[in-house]
Amino acid sequence: MKKITQWIDRRFPMTAFVKKELSEYPTPRNLSAWWNFGSLSGVVLVIQIITGIFLAMHYKPDAMQAFASVEHIMRDVNYGWLIRFMHSTGASAFFALIFIHMARTLYYGSYRAPRELMWWSGQVLLLMLMATAFMGYLLPWGQMSYWGAQVITSLFGAAPFIGEEIVIWLRGDFTVGDATLNRFFALHYLFPFLIVGLVMIHLVALHMVRSSNPSGINLADKDNIPFHPYFTVKDLFGLSVFLLIYAFFVFYSPNLFIEPDNYIPANPLQTPAHIVPEWYFLPFYAILRAVPDLVGGVIAMGVSVMIFAAMPYLDRSKIPGGARYRPIYRVLFYLFVVNVLVLGYVGAKPPEGWLVPLGQVATVIYFSIFVFLPYISKKEEIWLRAKGLPSVVEELICAEEEEKGKRSQRKNRGKE
Amino acid sequence: MTDDVKNPDDPERRDFLNTVTGVVAGVGVCAAAWPFISSMNPSRDVLSQSSTEVNLKDLKPGEGKTVAWQGKPVFILHRTDQQIENMSSSQGVKDPEADAERVLKPDWLVVIGICTHLGCVPNRVKDGWFCPCHGSAYDNSGRILHGPAPRNLDLPPYEFLTDSTLLIGRSST
Ligand code: FES
Repeated sequence: MKKITQWIDRRFPMTAFVKKELSEYPTPRNLSAWWNFGSLSGVVLVIQIITGIFLAMHYKPDAMQAFASVEHIMRDVNYGWLIRFMHSTGASAFFALIFIHMARTLYYGSYRAPRELMWWSGQVLLLMLMATAFMGYLLPWGQMSYWGAQVITSLFGAAPFIGEEIVIWLRGDFTVGDATLNRFFALHYLFPFLIVGLVMIHLVALHMVRSSNPSGINLADKDNIPFHPYFTVKDLFGLSVFLLIYAFFVFYSPNLFIEPDNYIPANPLQTPAHIVPEWYFLPFYAILRAVPDLVGGVIAMGVSVMIFAAMPYLDRSKIPGGARYRPIYRVLFYLFVVNVLVLGYVGAKPPEGWLVPLGQVATVIYFSIFVFLPYISKKEEIWLRAKGLPSVVEELICAEEEEKGKRSQRKNRGKE
Repeated sequence: MTDDVKNPDDPERRDFLNTVTGVVAGVGVCAAAWPFISSMNPSRDVLSQSSTEVNLKDLKPGEGKTVAWQGKPVFILHRTDQQIENMSSSQGVKDPEADAERVLKPDWLVVIGICTHLGCVPNRVKDGWFCPCHGSAYDNSGRILHGPAPRNLDLPPYEFLTDSTLLIGRSST
């Protein structure tokens, strides 16, 4: 064994790599359970790829056969039901984990310098995940699948001048049809591998800037401990808890995440009385509906997803540690979370009665939080510093300001 | 240019070549991408399903049906005199248009049954259609009354072959 390792190491830096990036990789020792969700998402990505490949062995991407082939998987293929429910539940689990992962980043302010690129690669990952989930949802070819795809592809019709052409191009037909199903299948198979690639970049960036931690300060070397065994154990523990919950849904309520209408084969001439997207799109869907104008709604929905990318600039406070040490930011954070839940509720219901104004108010709140954040965060910083911060923190902020000053001086000198 | 020749060490001498190489490569990539992009557009067999013939004999006044044309639903409504009267006396709300401009024969309304908002198929309700997706309402002329839809329901090209047969997909006018 040793000989083989040596043989490899002379040609490929295996041992050194494992040591540097895994076993001895220095990790803040104060990471809480909230720092578990990145690795959990990685595990779910693997689950989705494996179950997906096995499903693809039995699935037929053909408008005439797709629905029946899914039922064939459910009834006739050995353990087909299990693989399929793992895959459908896995999609929901993936979003749940990613949303928590994002919420943690927002709460602790982990998006701040120098971790902007982590946050942005994560943002792109979120978009790719959404695209993958959306395309995958068409494949069972049930009523919800069909009309979901019909509505979402229509969104591109809001593009100026060539909207109609884009929609037809995306579908390969005048309505969602066989051509659409086929290409969605091809891309649904491709995207996860692109996601894997981007996850690698996400991880390389992580290992450059290192994990953030609840204190919001970069820890001294002595406060970092090797990843193995401390965090392998921690992550494994988190994984077991996650798998328990996941298994509960897979075995006891796999249909919770599948709309009953999706057990009706797609019918291009009949829209179900009430169509809803998957739960993870509900808040954004509610924003789309809240704007009483097609183009405006599409723009609002797009912005509502993309606006997270601006967080490193919107949050102008220098107080480290995110919401933990920033009472006003904390209030905003919880307001935002509750507001998103309200939007999700509105998105799930038919657009009637008082739900319409409620959705509109929630949409306004959603955007207001982002719009006013620069002002509020600055004010909050001034207030907190006037009130007196612990001297260590104050020193940190001053040091950072000094560092910044020096850098801009150097830049100016470079220009001259 | 002649200066460049005299001064072969000029670092800007290669700029032209670099630019040209970049441009040629760019154009080449676009040209190579085109067949792939174009392949995603509707194929010829899809394009060829152009017309649908409909028999109107068994539709009594007040009744309607939905037929497929190019895979799209088309609503056909045999309107009653009352309905015709109501429709021709109003102009629609969001996208005003006279009823007479929307029909060939006032008895027969033929519209594409795709909500102009985001493409759902509205359901028949008492005085028109209602889209379940985001709540757009259309009247018996297919005109938008309220809701997020921006336009009236689109009209397909159609003509009457005889008094009781309709051809959707081609129009003589
Ligand atoms: S698709 Fe009909 S109201 Fe949105």
